[in-house]
Amino acid sequence: MQSGLSNSLIAMENMGVQRGGRWLVRDVDLTIGAGEIVTLIGPNGSGKSTTAKTAIGIVEASAGTVRRAHDLVVGYVPQKLAVDRSLPLTVARLMRLTTRTSTVAMRQALERVGIPHLEKAEIHGLSGGEFQRALLARAMLRKPNLLVLDEPVQGVDFAGEIALYELISELRDQDGCAVLLISHDLHVVMAKTDRVLCLNGHVCCEGSPRSVAASPAYRQLFGDRAADALAIYRHKHDHTHLPDGQVVAANDAPGEGGGCSCTESDFDHHDLHPVAQRGAAEATATKETDNV
Amino acid sequence: MFDDFFMRAILAGIGIALIAGPLGCFVIWRRMAYLGDTMAHSALLGIALSLAFGWSTLISVFMISGLVSLALVMLQRRNGLSTDALLGILSHATLAIGLVSLAFMPNVRVDLLGYLFGDILAVSTTDLAVIWGGVMVVALVLALLWRPLLAGTVNAELAAAEGERPERARLAFMVLMAFVIAIAMKIVGILLITAMLIIPAATARRFATSPEIMALLAALFGAAASTGGLYLSLGFDTPSGPSIVVAALGLFLIALLPLPQLGRGRGQAEAPAAAGATIAELEQ
Repeated sequence: MQSGLSNSLIAMENMGVQRGGRWLVRDVDLTIGAGEIVTLIGPNGSGKSTTAKTAIGIVEASAGTVRRAHDLVVGYVPQKLAVDRSLPLTVARLMRLTTRTSTVAMRQALERVGIPHLEKAEIHGLSGGEFQRALLARAMLRKPNLLVLDEPVQGVDFAGEIALYELISELRDQDGCAVLLISHDLHVVMAKTDRVLCLNGHVCCEGSPRSVAASPAYRQLFGDRAADALAIYRHKHDHTHLPDGQVVAANDAPGEGGGCSCTESDFDHHDLHPVAQRGAAEATATKETDNV
Repeated sequence: MFDDFFMRAILAGIGIALIAGPLGCFVIWRRMAYLGDTMAHSALLGIALSLAFGWSTLISVFMISGLVSLALVMLQRRNGLSTDALLGILSHATLAIGLVSLAFMPNVRVDLLGYLFGDILAVSTTDLAVIWGGVMVVALVLALLWRPLLAGTVNAELAAAEGERPERARLAFMVLMAFVIAIAMKIVGILLITAMLIIPAATARRFATSPEIMALLAALFGAAASTGGLYLSLGFDTPSGPSIVVAALGLFLIALLPLPQLGRGRGQAEAPAAAGATIAELEQ
């Protein structure tokens, strides 16, 4: 029993959730180690949110086992938060909804996500990005060792999306918490991820971002367009840039890199290069813990 | 003091307002107005039961409201109809069954209008004791439930993820609702209880900067409306429930019209004045 949990925060085996005679998701094996970044991807209704909610115990599993570390502290950013306008709630009050915390700590948390000026603002007036940042701040305020983010860039424009992912990765690097991320923004997310689970009612493929992207099951599920989007991600690894911008293919990228659109995605990969490298370093770091 | 029927009515009204205000806030935050209505309408069936079997009104009304919310949960699981439609069915079905059952009891004299619209004469000293006892209990339970209930109102899953138990708080909240309906019936009347929950809370929204302040203000506005309405009822010989609701509406309208403008106008007036001062200083 305990052996499955050594060093991991969450360990699910053959987990399945059944509602109204229908399996929302089944046969999911998922472990999340300390400090690991795991991304769940999959089409709508594929059971991503259900899997994440089962992992942290909001939803009860109908089959299989779910084990959580005793010292697990979850910081959760839910997918949708529809607060009725009749509820007067400032950002400061939102931060203290379930946790007692000092004003100093609360201001620090808001500072970290870049919205210290919004402390007294009502949440109904916030933009999508500001609101997500506030939710992120309150999740971090709990000092979680597992941060669960369910589509955290919803309702945020593209530039804001990248900034928000940068912020998440920054917070994670500072606090060293594990991250369970649900997303369909493949290329932006995957560069930072240690492990990807691709769900479609069950685990359709799993592994490093690179191996998932290469998997035929993944391509079948997301189609050619998604595969194109992934090409953007992949070429971050399969070539490097000379100082003048000239592209040099890496040894381990036979052929495929040539087909991807360097020029189309200049913005992305220049922005994300350091992150991609950092992600790779983390991947090797967690490999050691995985083997234990 | 308790010998005077009017004094009893006033004290009962204030007591009810004190609980209905904070509960009403949750009713509108959680968009449960129609559920409150349905539970209240089912109270008539509870009255019929109590008359038929000689049970206590409070207990049978409480029981029926509970059964109706349970029936709703079960019907919702069948996924056939929207909650809206289900509530419409339950609300009017229970009211109709209540009226029909009362008609089957010709030997029982019932002041139907009193039950539907409230009756200030109806408040006995025992009722008053029950209401104020209820105020204490509800205040205590609400204080204990406040955090999980509020967190669950913002987002049930968020609350659950952070170790609260929003589902349990929600159930307890339903019990409180049934309780309030059972004790508010005599003063406000079955058909208008929801108004007592919602209107003071809606009035309070204008002035509230936090959930707690809104709950407090709702209780105060409710108490004012109830007292004002009862004087109205006494003065014009109108049923107490509608009179209280009219008074509450009056407060709502007063709060709606001039005050936000006044508040904002003051803020704006200060800003240009300050700007004018700096310009004046610069000119010097």
